[in-house]
Amino acid sequence: MNTSRLAAMARHPLALPLIALIVLLVVNRAFNATFFHIESKDGHLFGSLIDILNRASPLALVALGMTPVIATRGVDVSVGAVVAICAAVAAVLIGGQMHVENGVEVYVSNVPMPLAILAALAVGLICGLWNGTLVSVVGMQPIIATLILMVAGRGIAQLLTSGQIITIYYQPYFFLGAGYLFGLPFSLFIVAAVLLLLWLLTQRTALGLFITAIGINPVASYFAGVKARAITLWVFGFCGLTAAMAGLMISSNVKSADGNNAGLLMELDAILAVTLGGTSLGGGKFSLIGTVIGALIIQTLTYTTWSLGVPPEANLVVKAVVVFIVCVTQSDQLRQWLVRKPLEA
Amino acid sequence: MTTATASAAVPILTMTGICKSFPGVRALHDVTFRLFAGEVHTIMGQNGAGKSTLIKVLTGVHPTDAGQITLNGTALTIDTPRSAEAAGIRTVYQEVNLCPNLSVAENIYIGNLPQKNGRIDWQTLNAAAARLLSGLALQIDVTRPLDSYPIAIQQMVAIARALSTEAQILILDEPTSSLDEDEVQRLFNLLRQLKARGMAILFVTHFLAQTYAISDRITVLRNGELEGEYLTGDLPQLKLIHKMVGREIDVDSLTQPQAAQMAQPGATFISTHGMGHKGTVHDLDLEIHAGEVLGLGGLLGSGRTETARLLFGVDRCDSGAVSINGHSARFNSPRDAIKHGIGYCPEDRKKEGIVAELSVRENIILALQARRGLFRFLSRKRQDAIANEYIKALGIKTPDAEQPIGLLSGGNQQKALLARWLATEPGMLILDEPTRGIDVAAKLEIMDQVLALCRKGLAILFISSEMGEVVRVSHRIAVLRDREKIGELDAGQADERAVFHMIAGGGA
Ligand SMILES: Nc1ncnc2c1ncn2[C@@H]1O[C@H](COP(=O)(O)OP(=O)(O)OP(=O)(O)O)[C@@H](O)[C@H]1O
Ligand SMILES: [Mg+2]
Repeated sequence: MNTSRLAAMARHPLALPLIALIVLLVVNRAFNATFFHIESKDGHLFGSLIDILNRASPLALVALGMTPVIATRGVDVSVGAVVAICAAVAAVLIGGQMHVENGVEVYVSNVPMPLAILAALAVGLICGLWNGTLVSVVGMQPIIATLILMVAGRGIAQLLTSGQIITIYYQPYFFLGAGYLFGLPFSLFIVAAVLLLLWLLTQRTALGLFITAIGINPVASYFAGVKARAITLWVFGFCGLTAAMAGLMISSNVKSADGNNAGLLMELDAILAVTLGGTSLGGGKFSLIGTVIGALIIQTLTYTTWSLGVPPEANLVVKAVVVFIVCVTQSDQLRQWLVRKPLEA
Repeated sequence: MTTATASAAVPILTMTGICKSFPGVRALHDVTFRLFAGEVHTIMGQNGAGKSTLIKVLTGVHPTDAGQITLNGTALTIDTPRSAEAAGIRTVYQEVNLCPNLSVAENIYIGNLPQKNGRIDWQTLNAAAARLLSGLALQIDVTRPLDSYPIAIQQMVAIARALSTEAQILILDEPTSSLDEDEVQRLFNLLRQLKARGMAILFVTHFLAQTYAISDRITVLRNGELEGEYLTGDLPQLKLIHKMVGREIDVDSLTQPQAAQMAQPGATFISTHGMGHKGTVHDLDLEIHAGEVLGLGGLLGSGRTETARLLFGVDRCDSGAVSINGHSARFNSPRDAIKHGIGYCPEDRKKEGIVAELSVRENIILALQARRGLFRFLSRKRQDAIANEYIKALGIKTPDAEQPIGLLSGGNQQKALLARWLATEPGMLILDEPTRGIDVAAKLEIMDQVLALCRKGLAILFISSEMGEVVRVSHRIAVLRDREKIGELDAGQADERAVFHMIAGGGA
């Protein structure tokens, strides 16, 4: 391959996140010979890779919702709290008991499951729109505006669960976070659907252009007639919605809702996933695929430290070091230096 | 190809064989440039000729591909702006690059804030800044944030910043583009003093009159190549234009009134009665017809831009009425104004106009797409067609439609913004300083385009601090003073003097 092709590839915004992910996977393979093995049991696929994909799903959802927010120069630090609120809403509404009637197990929920799911999604959307209103109508700084819900949200979630961990006893609900479809975890289909929806919205409508324009120069976009306010509002709304989905997925997976710990620090991982994927925190151009790769990097990293037996205390340090390396290599200066291009200010 | 008589003096700075390419653009090729102590040396050339690039090579913003720089007889490598400053070179770049949130004083002394006991000495700082600005006859509150001042003052602050430390070379890249006559005179007086002290000054402007007023020597660049270096006295204006453009152009239209020869205007497009906004302008009665250019005459701060902002819905009217095509209208945002067929090229191109990292194509279709909404997305084919059509029609100099607009030269950015509005097929265009930073030939092209559209029935509100230009292209001129309209003049009866006379209170 000639060097200019190579240079062009190295300059591609997805190059570094992909390389980082591959390196992590290879490291895992080096320590664990069966890392890449995938086997089929009862038509379900199992293996480390599937496990990573599955566990990365909630984070990927939240990070996908966060991407347009960051692209419009915003940030939403309340997503972790929204995850907890929505998980609590679903858990309280579903609750559930199992009866044995005529020797058959019958599950009964407090309210019909679809209704509970819709309610949780609606709550997430409302949380997002609340944030969006504070930012676009009231004009608050995004980090401050969402900080309010980040703090208050935990309280709301605990009120909903009366400060306790609510256990869910309703078998059908567990499909969401632990079920399988066509041999793959069902959660992967949800992530794929959200990714596809976002991709269509941003590529097949003008939304992508408007979001990018607002992120780069909000004033000029406003002068060009872009509905900057409405777009900002709905971008936050959508972020709340994806957080709700993640909340449902997590509560379904652990069969409970914990107002205190569900989605804890998830906002930071989500922001990190978005940045690792090559979207600048300064707003502007964004990459949805990059975000998904970012989420996978974070999850793989967690998996790696765990499987290498790194003590939990050192876990966060290892994570920080890897993140540092990826972020540093993403700097334009270094990239240009790497591909031997002179620095252009 | 140096035609200037070899000066007895030795240049303090020489740049020889300078080459610089960007991906897809050869910005400079084998350019030689000399700077003498005690002289003002002006670089002239069309938009995209490479003037700013030559400066940025000299100040270490861009590394050269080839060429040498010698300062005071010794070869010099300048690879960062800091090393240029260390070598005594101070620069005011074309795009004001200060910190909008910091105070004026901080902006001027950023990087060497005066200290006392390890803390910033605010008193000394503010006093020094005020003193420096009063040298430019500017009395403003230096503790207020920079972006609370209009762009002209920001430009003066940028100049003051360059003068804040002693330098042997001062570089000014289009420092006068948003200054009015008086301020330019003040700046020139200052430059003459500096020159007398032996400073070498590199100056860039598109105003021919300014070039002849201040420069001792002129270097002409064309398409990134050196056309020649001349003593100002040896290069009459017509010849200079010819050298810059490389062909004969009809300079007459630069001086002859144009609008007056045009067809009679049509029906009223927009009319305002008692329009006003607290704190900006009040009681404005304006009427603009289809196929007519209404010029806004007035000095800096007379309310020209404020009027434009009201008409475009950026600021909301809080008194009076506006009607469009006979129907009353109310604009709460630019979006509303755009829906009524109004387009606005703002004076602050960088802040309110371009979306720098987006491509020329995306910038051109942005307003059209915004009006069509989210879902009626222009196909990529349509976008390409529209962008390429205007790139061709307006002669926008860019390697292709995918180049980020921020990488174009200033004049070409302005043309792309004009294209943005033309693509929406507006009923009225508000042009606020549309020819700021635009070269002579392009100025003619742009005004030709605008007047051609006007003949097809476009209404135009034309704002320019060059009164001559306003008089030349307008059918009527509404004269503003102290944020109020004091009268109107017809193209036939108006010349620059009549406008100034009215402003001075001669007759309303
Ligand atoms: N950083 C950059 N990357 C790519 N192209 C660039 C860059 N800077 C300048 N150019 C291109 O180089 C050419 C010369 O630009 P330059 O800014 O020097 O022109 P100029 O003579 O200063 O024009 P103007 O009068 O409009 O300011 C232009 O075609 C411009 O698009
Ligand atoms: Mg320039």
